[in-house]
Formats: sequence, structure tokens, C-alpha cells
Amino acid sequence: MPDEPNAFQTALALILGRDPDLIGIVALSLQVSLSAVLIAALIALPLGAALALWRFPGRGAVVVMLNALMGLPPVVAGLAVYLLLSRAGPLGEFGLLFTPGAMVIAQVILVLPIIAALTRQQVEELHDDYREQLASLGVSRLRRIPTLLWDARFGLTTVMLAGFGRASAEVGAVMIVGGNIDGVTRVMTTAIVLETGKGNLPLALGLGIVLLGLVALVNAAAHLVGETARRRVG
Amino acid sequence: MKNAGLTLVAIGLTGLSLGVSAQEGDRYITLASTTSTEASGLFDAIIPPFTAKTGIAVRVVAVGTGQAFEIARRGDADSLLVHDTDGEKRFIEEGYGSERADVMVNDFVLIGPGGDPAGIANAESVTEALSLIAEAQTPFASRGDDSGTHRAEQRLWENAGVEPGGEWYRELGSGMGPTLNTAAGMNAYAMSDRATWVAFDNRQDLELLFEGDEALFNQYGSILIAEEPHPHLKHDLAAQWHQWLLSEEGQAAIDDFEVKGQQLFFPNAHPD
Amino acid sequence: MNDMAQRLPAEIPTLDLSGVGFTHRGQTLLHPLDLQLAGCQRTLVMGPNGAGKSLLLRLAHGLLAPSRGRVSWEGRPPRQAMVFQRPVLLKRSALANLTYALAISGTPRRRRTPLAREALERFGLGALEKRPARVLSGGEQQRLALARAWLVDPEVLFLDEPTAALDPAAIQAVEAAVRDFHRRGTRILMTTHDLQQARRLADDIVLLFGGRLVEHSPAERFFADPQSPEGRAFIRGELVW
Repeated sequence: MPDEPNAFQTALALILGRDPDLIGIVALSLQVSLSAVLIAALIALPLGAALALWRFPGRGAVVVMLNALMGLPPVVAGLAVYLLLSRAGPLGEFGLLFTPGAMVIAQVILVLPIIAALTRQQVEELHDDYREQLASLGVSRLRRIPTLLWDARFGLTTVMLAGFGRASAEVGAVMIVGGNIDGVTRVMTTAIVLETGKGNLPLALGLGIVLLGLVALVNAAAHLVGETARRRVG
Repeated sequence: MKNAGLTLVAIGLTGLSLGVSAQEGDRYITLASTTSTEASGLFDAIIPPFTAKTGIAVRVVAVGTGQAFEIARRGDADSLLVHDTDGEKRFIEEGYGSERADVMVNDFVLIGPGGDPAGIANAESVTEALSLIAEAQTPFASRGDDSGTHRAEQRLWENAGVEPGGEWYRELGSGMGPTLNTAAGMNAYAMSDRATWVAFDNRQDLELLFEGDEALFNQYGSILIAEEPHPHLKHDLAAQWHQWLLSEEGQAAIDDFEVKGQQLFFPNAHPD
Repeated sequence: MNDMAQRLPAEIPTLDLSGVGFTHRGQTLLHPLDLQLAGCQRTLVMGPNGAGKSLLLRLAHGLLAPSRGRVSWEGRPPRQAMVFQRPVLLKRSALANLTYALAISGTPRRRRTPLAREALERFGLGALEKRPARVLSGGEQQRLALARAWLVDPEVLFLDEPTAALDPAAIQAVEAAVRDFHRRGTRILMTTHDLQQARRLADDIVLLFGGRLVEHSPAERFFADPQSPEGRAFIRGELVW
């Protein structure tokens, strides 16, 4: 097919063309996934740290559950959120279905177990190191949570990036709860599904390349910040 | 490092607030419709004039017909535009819809490999064409997703007296576009709505082989959702959309819509 | 620190270990022992590897709960700090490691940095305050750990083989620090392998052997005339480490 543009040319044209529709889709993708990771982190970081520090009956079950939820299929999460937010569902009156808010909620559910489970593991390892020193200083368990989270910050950056990767790559959940509405809830992944459905494979793949580039950019930014800080703090 | 963290927090929060402000107020309705209409680009042609006239935006959630009914039953859509007349009538009988009207027709076509191994191109009717495919046992890719198109395909097999099955009959459980992608990949026959086929770019060896039988006509209907089960819906705005689709202006907009020089939807609202 | 004024030894609560023993997975690591430490003494705990020295320190400091017996302080528990053989420092700057300890002890925020800087100066780390603690040399790390303990102003300081991995100059710095603590009125309980170090620092000696306390004597008498056969063998350098 010498006349047809290939995916890379399409991707390049998409980026250079600065098509306002595409910019809107890219911006919404970033907003939804970054918000989801941020909200999930606010809950999952302290939760994971607490799980690392407290021993209680049933803790093993909770840890296994969290690890299992890392593999939760996005469609299932989407369906659950759909049933919750649907008008006929318990949270229907907020009218969140088919809005970016609903997509954020679904992605929070997908990302939270990843961040919590990996945080639990990293904090537990670090705490093995710190336990005696912190006990000697008389640091309460509650006070140890921010201490350990801060000292594990480099590893936890990677954990957050793993969460961001999952959020920005998934399509099953945002498709169901967002509805892929043009200009309102259409993100990169749902746009790719739509273009694939139209048989417009170069455009679909082009969008895929743009998405990959975007995720790479976010990762590179986090890496740069992390490396600079690591060099400063050791 | 602390500053970087704060920046990240700020980005995230802006994201949230922007996400919320991206909604254009309350002057919009949510329309549950089918992937075939969405993928053809019809809505991009007919919604802007409606919005320009009424100030009402239309948010299209394009799903399979079965899912569209389910979304409407749960009160998550203000309006329905689908193509399964029997299902639409049942929806009204169940009390979820208050009014149904014909809006337009398009038609289904049979697609297949350019060599046409089953020889359907010269068939007299769609039932004959399907029988030929079944006899030759050449691969046939079926939607298999209980969509309007899938239901129509099953009715046609029934009319042809064939119970499709066996290795040549492949139920994909996919939308129209993905089904065509798969058919192209395995050089199979398939039934598609004309709109999706015309807009479809990844044809490879596939060609349109059979068309024009009246049995292949596909009626689209617009449904007004009943106020009773879901009083919160935007019934007033949805009624304006419903009336506009049936109005001369709306029908003309559908009539004018073309893809690659072909008209895909033929308005057929009957004025009462 | 402002409260450099020497404490009266009698103000420091007496540590009372009565019948304290420790068993782990059916193995007795420390046989029940009685030990009383009062005043502002420098007690050095000696004995071969695996004798239970570190264990004794951890039990006394409260990092471990005894399997039997009781660890108690007469009156109230004193302010305590511990310096470990391998210093555990937070992944932050040297200064931040100290301000953290001050935050934990409830020092008002605006006083933390000046106090921490003072402590860094005192332990010869003034130029390194912005350095990540984890990239300091072994000796510097141990001095930072001592500075952190200094800020707690402990009445009792535990040191677990603090010089085991250090070069002679760093050892000297640690020993000087121990003397400073002692001058300020801090009771010292420290383990060591090093007989010479014990001669230099000890007021009294606790000798452990195979998880048993075999002797607790004033240093002068211990080195001149050990009361236990193990003590005598130890002084002669005949105990296998």
C-alpha cells in the first residue's frame, strides 16, 4: 500500500497537526489517569504502609486480596462502577455516569490495589531495616507511616508509575462508564477502539503511538525528578 | 523533591476540576445509539444543525442494541435511536418508552472475498445467497453479540432454512467494525450494515457481493423514554430531539448525509 | 545543648533486671539473670560472640520483651537512646536526620534546625549537613548516630559494638563521644569485643558467657583479679571468640 500513510506517518501528522480534537482527547486522557493515580495514591500509600506496620487477624487475607485485585479485569471494574453510578444504582442521583468523574472513579479502583500492594511490600522491607532505630527513638506506629513513605519515596515513584501505566492503558472500564462520548469522555484508548472499529488501522495505530509517547513522557519526567532528587539525597 | 510532589498534586487537582468543567452545563441529552450509526459519521452531520437551532447538545453513547436498551431501562439515557423494531415495541410495552417512530432505513449487504468461492454474487435473493454459503461451507463471520445486526442475520438464516453451525460459521461476539476486521483477516463472508461497510477502510480482499433484497432493509426508530420510571431524565429536551429527527429539517439532514459519495441512510418518517 | 549542666547520678532511675531470660524457638539464648545498674556508671558488657551481649542491651532498652523475668526502672523510665553497630540512618540529609529526632521528641519546629546544627558541629559534621546520610563514611555515619542520640539528651545510653566496623581514628572519635555523654551525666551501657577499649572506658564490667552472666565487677577489680574462671581466661586472652 504505497499510497496509504503508515502508522508512524499518521502519528507524526497527528502530533504536528495539533488537531484540537486530538489535543482535547490527549488532555482528557492525562487528566483522568493522573487524577485517578493521585486519588488512589492518597488512599493507597497510607493504607499500604499501615498494612506493613500492623499485625491483626485476617491481615494475610487482606494482603492476598490486594495482590489478587491487582489482576482485576478493567471490564469488571467498569461494570461494577457502572452499576453503582447508574440512575438505577445506589449512587445514581449524583448523575456521574458518562462523565470524566465516572472514569476517574473506575480507574481509581483499578490503580488502588496496585499502589497499596506494592507500597505494603516496599514499606515492609524498609521497616525491617528501620524497626529497631525507630523503636529506640520512640516513634509511634502512626508516626512511622509518613516517615517510611518518605524514605521509600524513590521506590514508590515507580509504584505510582506502574499505577499510571495501568490507568492510561486500560480501555474496558472507561468505555463502559464513560461511554466514549465525542468531546466529553473520549480518551486515547476508546478513540483507538473506535478507529479500529472503523477499519481505520493507520489512524488507530497512530493514536496508539501518540499514547505510548505520552506515557513515555510522563515516565521520563518522573525519572528525571527522581534522579535529581536521588543525587541530592542519596 | 517536596516541590515536585506538590506540582504533581497541583496537576492532578487541575485535572479533576477541568474534567468537571468540561461539561457544557445542563443543556444536553444523552442518546443511546448503535455503533453502526456512530462509526458511519452520521451524528457528526446531523447533531450540529440540531444543536445550532435548539442550543441542546447531544451526547452519543454508541453501544450494541441490546446494551442500548439496558442503558435506557436503567435510566441512564434520555433518548434512544436503535434498529430492532421488535425490541423497540417490547420496550414500549414494558412501560419504559412512551412513543416510537420510524426515522430512517439503511440496508444490510453481504461482504465476501473477491473470488466469491460460494458464488453468491448472482443469487436471486438473500436467502439463496445464504444457502449457497452454507452449502459451500465457506467461512462466515457472524457478529454473535445479540446486536440488532446479529438478530437480523439470525432471522435471515431462519428464512433460508439453514441452522448455521460447524467450523465454517464463526461467532465473534464483536461489534461491526471488529467483525469486518476479522472477516478481512480470514477472508470470510459477513453481513454488514452498508454504513459501516462504506466507511470501513481495512477491506483487504473483501468486496461487496450481494445487495438490494428488500429483506435486507434495516429500520431505525427513535424512542421517547417514558416519564414514569425515570422522572429525573431530561424529557423535554429529549422530546425536542425526537421531534426534530422527524421534522422536515431533520429528515433533510439525514438525506443529505453521504460518505464517499454514497447516501447511507434514507429518511422515512411518516407524518401522522 | 543548654542543659549541659551535669545531672546528679542519683536522679537517673535504677535499671532492674530480675530473672530476665530470653528464649527463641525453643532455644534459650539468655538464661535468667539478675542485674542492677544505678548511678552514672559506664558499664561495658563483654563476652564471646553469641554470649548474649546484644540481646541483653535490647532487653534493657525495651526493643525486645523478655521471655521470663522483668525489666523495670525504679520510679520512671528514663530518657534513653541507642547507637547500633551498623547505624540506621534515614534516607535524608545529615541535618534532616537530626531534625527528625527532635521532631519525634516534641521539640518546637523553629528550635530544631539550630539545635541540630549545634550537634553536627559538636561531632565534627558541620560541613556535611546537606550530605545524604547514606553516603557518609562509616565513621561519619556513626558520629551522626551519636549526634542524634546526643539531641535526645539521654539519661541512659545504650551502645551495641559501636566501633566494631570502624578504623582507629573513627574509634577514637566514638570513644571521645562516649566520654562526653558520660561527663554530661549519662549512664552508659555498651557492648564491646575490645579488651583495650573496655580498659579505657569501663567503670564496671559485665561478663556474659554462653547466655549466662558469669561476672559483674568494678572494672579495676575485674582486670586485676577476675572472680570467675571465665573472667580469668578472658583476661588472659584464652577465650575463643
